[in-house]
Amino acid sequence: MKILIRNGRVVDPASGRDEAADVAIAAGRIVAIGQVPADFTPERTIDADGCVVAPGLVDLAARLKEAGAGALESELAAAAAGGVTSLVCPPDTDPPLDEPGLVDMLKFRARKLSRCRLFPLGALTQRLAGVELTEMIDLTEAGCVGFSQAERPVKDNLTLMRAMQYASTHGYAVWLRPQDASLSGGVAASGAVATRLGLSGVPVAAETIALNTILELVRQTGTRVHLCRLSSAAGVELVRRAKAEGLPVTADVSINSLHLTDVDIGYFNSDMRLTPPLRQGKDRDALRAGLADGTIDALVSDHTPVGDDDKMLPFGEAVPGATGLELLLSLALKWGDESKLSVAQALARVTSGPVRVLGEALGSLGQSAGRLVEGGVADICVFDPEAQWQVTPEALRSHGKHTPFDAASSGTRMPGRVRHTLVAGTLAYSAEPVRSAGANIA
Amino acid sequence: MLARRNPQLNAHGELIHLLSIEGLPRAILTQILDTAGTFLSVNDRDVKKVPLLRGKSVFNLFFENSTRTRTTFEIAAKRLSADVINLDIAKSSASKGESLLDTIANLSAMHADMFVVRHSESGAPYLIARHCAPHVHVVNAGDGRHAHPTQGLLDMYTIRHFKKSFHNLTVAIVGDIVHSRVARSDIHALTTLGVPEIRAVGPKTLVPGDLREMGVRVCHDMREGVKDADVVIMLRLQNERMSGAMLPSAGEYFKSYGLTEDVLALARPDAIVMHPGPINRGVEIDSHVADGSHSVILPQVTFGIAVRMAVMSILAGNDA
Repeated sequence: MKILIRNGRVVDPASGRDEAADVAIAAGRIVAIGQVPADFTPERTIDADGCVVAPGLVDLAARLKEAGAGALESELAAAAAGGVTSLVCPPDTDPPLDEPGLVDMLKFRARKLSRCRLFPLGALTQRLAGVELTEMIDLTEAGCVGFSQAERPVKDNLTLMRAMQYASTHGYAVWLRPQDASLSGGVAASGAVATRLGLSGVPVAAETIALNTILELVRQTGTRVHLCRLSSAAGVELVRRAKAEGLPVTADVSINSLHLTDVDIGYFNSDMRLTPPLRQGKDRDALRAGLADGTIDALVSDHTPVGDDDKMLPFGEAVPGATGLELLLSLALKWGDESKLSVAQALARVTSGPVRVLGEALGSLGQSAGRLVEGGVADICVFDPEAQWQVTPEALRSHGKHTPFDAASSGTRMPGRVRHTLVAGTLAYSAEPVRSAGANIA
Repeated sequence: MLARRNPQLNAHGELIHLLSIEGLPRAILTQILDTAGTFLSVNDRDVKKVPLLRGKSVFNLFFENSTRTRTTFEIAAKRLSADVINLDIAKSSASKGESLLDTIANLSAMHADMFVVRHSESGAPYLIARHCAPHVHVVNAGDGRHAHPTQGLLDMYTIRHFKKSFHNLTVAIVGDIVHSRVARSDIHALTTLGVPEIRAVGPKTLVPGDLREMGVRVCHDMREGVKDADVVIMLRLQNERMSGAMLPSAGEYFKSYGLTEDVLALARPDAIVMHPGPINRGVEIDSHVADGSHSVILPQVTFGIAVRMAVMSILAGNDA
C-alpha cells in the first residue's frame, strides 16, 4: 500500500533531522522524505499537521506474559498503541524460550498479528535453571537476538564465565540483569523508606557486586554484554567507567526507575512493587543523567502484565512488575522535557539507541530500524507532542492494568499521544480514522 | 506524585482506622492516652463492663498466631460489651487458598464493625482498610516488621504514668530493632509526643544506620546507649536471628546487649525498664532486672487493656 504522511514535523534522532516534511511510503519502505515525487499516488493519506513523525519505538524489554496463550494479541496491540514497532521479549515466558521450536512459534504468531516486530531473547541456560547451556546457534537461527537469564541467577561464576565464553565464540550478545541473588531477597530498596515501612531491603551492593563480577568476566572473555535495568547511582558510575575503558557493554533503564523513587511506595502501594526496586532520589538523578549523557543507551518499558489477583496483595506478597508499553513514549518525552533535551534527543533513547544495542543481531533491518531513511523500512510513529493524557487502567489495551503512573494514585500528566503507528508500511494502530486518498489530494 | 490523604483519618482529621502511629497528630495520641485513663478504673470494678460497643461485632483476624495479643484485644472488646469473634485465619481460609481480600469481603458480609488484624506482611492492614466496607474500622494488631500501634500506645501510657511528661526524657530501645514493629511504633510515638532523645541500641545487623532518618540516635555500645536513660525498652530476641547470620549465639548477645543490674546502674536512678513480652530471661534481660524494682513490665500489660479499649471506643465513634 502507498501511504503519504503529510504536513508532519519529521524528527529522526539518528540523523538529527528535525523539519517539516512529507513522508511517502510504498511497499513497506520509505520512498521519499521531503520531496515526494510528483507521480506518487497514495492510497491513503495521513494528515500529520501538528504531529511529530518519528521512527517507531524500539523497546528492549517487554514481557508478553505467556509464550503460548492468547496474551500475545493484547500485548502486541498495546505495543502498537504505544508507538512501539519493535520489541525485545525476555526468555522468561512460560515455558522459557530455551528451544528453537518455542521461538519459531512465538515469532510466527507475532508475524501473523502484524502489529509489532518481535525479537526474542533466548534462554542462556536450559529452563533458565542456570546450569546447562542452551543450543545458542539453533536459537539464533530461530530468531533470538541475544541470550539472557531474565531475572534468574546463574548457578555460579564458573557457569556464567563459560556461558559468556560460548556466546562470544559465536558473536552472540549476553543480556544480564546485574543482581546478586543472595542479596536480592528483599522487596524494596534498602534505605530509610524500607526501614521505616518495615520492608525487607535490597542493598545497592546487590547491583554493584553483580556488575563488578560481570565486568570482570567481560574483561576476561571479551563478550558483548547488555546490562539490563540499572537502578542505582553506583551502578551507573560502574558502567560509565567500563565504557571509558572500552569494554563492549551497553545498558538500559526502565521508565519506572527513571521517574520514581522509593518514597512513591507511599502507604504500601503494591503498584510500586517492582524489580529492580525503586531506589532513592540520588539514584534516580544519576539514572536520568546517565541516560542523557549516553552512559545508558536505552530507555525500556520493562512491560510486565500482572493481574489483579497477583497485585491486590500485601506489598511484599505482590508480584513485581508494571504495564509499560503504552507509557514508554510519554515517559521518554517527559524525561526529555524535564531534562531540557530536544525531542530528538529524548527519542534517541527509544529509537536509535536501542537499535545500536541490538547491533548486528538485527541483520539487514539494523540499517534502518529506529531511523527514518529513504529506502529504509517504514516503521513509523506519528504522535501529537502537545496532547496531554492520564493513565486510566481500563483504557489500556494490555492485559496488565497495574502501573505506578495510574492517574487515580499518582495524578501523573503524560505528555504526547500516539496518533498512528506503522509497521513495515502498514497501519498497526490509528487513534482516529484515516481519510481515504482521493478526497485529500485535491 | 499526589500526596495522598492518610488512610487512618477521615476528612475531618478524625481517627477511623489505627494502622500506624506514623502520621497521627499529637492530639490524637493524647486523646487515646487520656481516654485509656478513664477506662483503667473500669478494670478495677466488680462488673468490668461499659456499654460503648454494645451490639457491635469485633472480628479478631489473626493471620499470624499470637494468643497473647489476641486475648488482650478480646478482653478489651468484651469490656466494651462488643460481640467478639476470633478467627484463626492462619489455620482456616488462607490455608485453603482464599485470598486476603476474599476473606475480608466474606467477613464484611457478616456485618463486622471492626477488624483487629495481625498479619506477617508489612502493610497488610492498609490493604484491608482500603478494601473493606466504609463503616468497618481496622485496628492493626501487628503487621510484619512495620507497626504495632496499640503496643506503642500502651508503652506511651506506661511512660506517661511513671514519668508524668515526655519533654525531658531519654529513652533507649535495645535489641532487634530492624525486625521490630514495636520499636517502629515506639519511635514514631515518642517523636510525636516530643521526647528529645531516642536511642536505638544494638549490633549493626539488628540496628541499621538508616534508623537515624527516623530521628533516633544509633548506638552500637550498650553502656553508651543506656547511660542516663530515663526509660529502657528491651525488645524480644527471636531465635531465628541466630540462624540468619545476624548473631552468633544468645550467650554472646546477652554479654554485649543483655540488660543486667550492672548495666542498668548506668541509667538514671529512677529509670523504668519496659518489655513488650514475652521475655527471654537470660537472653535480652537478666531475671533480677525483669523482676526488680525498676521493671514496669506487668503494669504495661494492665495498661494495654485500657489502651485497646480506648482505641476501639474512639474508632467506633468516628465515621468514614
